[in-house]
Amino acid sequence: MPIQSLKGALRALLLVAIFFAGIWSQSSGVIDDFLWYLPDVQYLAVQHLWLTAISGGLAILAAIPLGIVLSRPSMARWAESLMQVLNVGTTIPTLAVLALSMSFLGIGTVPAVFGLFVATLLPITRNTYAGLKGVDPALMEAAAGIGMSSTQRLLRVELPNALYVIFAGMRTALTINVGTVPLAFLIGAGGLGELIFTGIDLYDPVMMLAGAIPTALLAIVVDALIATIAFLMVPRGVNPSRA
Amino acid sequence: MIELDNLTKVFDTPKGAVVAADNISMSVPSGEICILLGPSGCGKTTTLKMINRIVKPTSGKVFINGEDTTGMNTQDLRRNIGYVIQQIGLFPNMTIEENITVVPKLLGWNKARYKERARELMAMISMEPDAFLKRFPSELSGGQQQRIGVARALAADPPVMLMDEPFGAIDPINRAVIQDEFLKMQQALKKTIMFVSHDIDEAIKMGDRVAIFREGKLVQHSSPDDLLAAPKNAFVESFLGEDRALKRLNLVKVQEVVSDEIATVNPGDTLETALGRIDDYGYQNAILMVNDQRQPVGLITRVKARTTKGYCRDHFENVPGTVTLDDDLRKVASLMFSQDATWLPCVDDQGRVCGQITQRAMTHHLGSRFRSREAAVRNSDSDVKE
Repeated sequence: MPIQSLKGALRALLLVAIFFAGIWSQSSGVIDDFLWYLPDVQYLAVQHLWLTAISGGLAILAAIPLGIVLSRPSMARWAESLMQVLNVGTTIPTLAVLALSMSFLGIGTVPAVFGLFVATLLPITRNTYAGLKGVDPALMEAAAGIGMSSTQRLLRVELPNALYVIFAGMRTALTINVGTVPLAFLIGAGGLGELIFTGIDLYDPVMMLAGAIPTALLAIVVDALIATIAFLMVPRGVNPSRA
Repeated sequence: MIELDNLTKVFDTPKGAVVAADNISMSVPSGEICILLGPSGCGKTTTLKMINRIVKPTSGKVFINGEDTTGMNTQDLRRNIGYVIQQIGLFPNMTIEENITVVPKLLGWNKARYKERARELMAMISMEPDAFLKRFPSELSGGQQQRIGVARALAADPPVMLMDEPFGAIDPINRAVIQDEFLKMQQALKKTIMFVSHDIDEAIKMGDRVAIFREGKLVQHSSPDDLLAAPKNAFVESFLGEDRALKRLNLVKVQEVVSDEIATVNPGDTLETALGRIDDYGYQNAILMVNDQRQPVGLITRVKARTTKGYCRDHFENVPGTVTLDDDLRKVASLMFSQDATWLPCVDDQGRVCGQITQRAMTHHLGSRFRSREAAVRNSDSDVKE
């Protein structure tokens, strides 16, 4: 098979390239330069994750109930216009949100958490709302018809069936959150942004990459973590990744 | 028993008020299936859904087993009414077992009891419990899903069931199978059932009674046979179709039409005897030959008996077919048409001849209902004149 052999050749080429990159980085001392930043990276990564955990956690706690409330039939008159407001809100760049929150809350962790919270809130609310609204009306009629109360319908039918979409929202939101935390350095909240922006200012690529690469890795890890939680928590019958 | 007392639903739409159900009063005796039948938008589904308050009645009352449901808590009311919908509505996040046991759990049954009940229900709908209970609805075919839908509605053994075009989304072959299974279950369970359909054949097959709706009004409520024999007005007549007399064939059993007078010959009789008997009884074509157990074994044709000498056993032809007392006339007519026969021998459980059924007797039986109706119409006309 020509395509198969082409793939094999590319893979071999990639391995050779990585091997030579390793030789080069070892001989030029780049690895040692990176390792020199290790204590900084460890400290800042923890700070970074705290910012994500607090802002993301608060956002989840606020966004899911908000999405649930908006999806209730009694809110139907207001829900669509409120979702439009949230959609417009999503288009404001996070940097602008951080700047705004700094001008009201000063500098430090609090305005950073607030800015990140706002940026994370919207995708989760939107997905919770859309997920719940997307539940088949026939299911809702069946649930009502066999005598479930509205709370039982929400907990046993609506949420389990919307859970996959809600988790997709959390995944997007928290991955963006991890990637946005470096900006929080600009208003004095620390995080891996410290290495990135200082590296840019000092024109020190190694320092910049010492911040950028762990940030990217953290984003990938958080994404994989939430995907795993979703895989385990979403009931098998409505979980496309377990079908 | 379900009783509807002046049940009315008015929808407020931007174009003004629309009366979806207009003073519907009717009752379904315990253990019977009542089919609500009519074209789309005739109010049959609205009427059904007012019983379990999926649609809130504008006015009127619903009684279940004599009890006024107006004051009952909506959830309690619904948990005591089985509900099956066309879209099936199984919960995809739950296993088959969880789906079936939803209502028993809501009613607070203990685990052992509802698990036992799930297995019992699976047996009732002829599905293997071990193979299906742990699976999810998406892994089942449409027909299997609707069987589970029916099982879920029956789970807490409610006295009353509401079914909204339950078999409408199932292919015709499976639909017939599920209808038969359901009727068999119903014979044992004796639920009081309201059943919405837009399919006249389904209504005749499933219903003890049929209620025809048009534009929010109940037009006619009677047994399928009465409905077909005596439609109340032109609308009902056109809805039933021009072949409504043929549809009645489904409803009449051979035993209602059979004549037990039938002459036969034995293999040992001569053809001369056979000819004599054909003439005595006024048969046109042939006479039946039976063996010692009175089982039909052949036909002696009139032509053969007149032109040939000898014994019956040497000159018979094959019997075109036999019918039993429990067959319906549709089967009989089909057999007659395919065999070009004007009469067929009727046999009992042991296969012994017990009578005959003729085309003349069938048309006479079906026609007598129509004639008596016409006579009634003529009489009422003359009443008016006087």
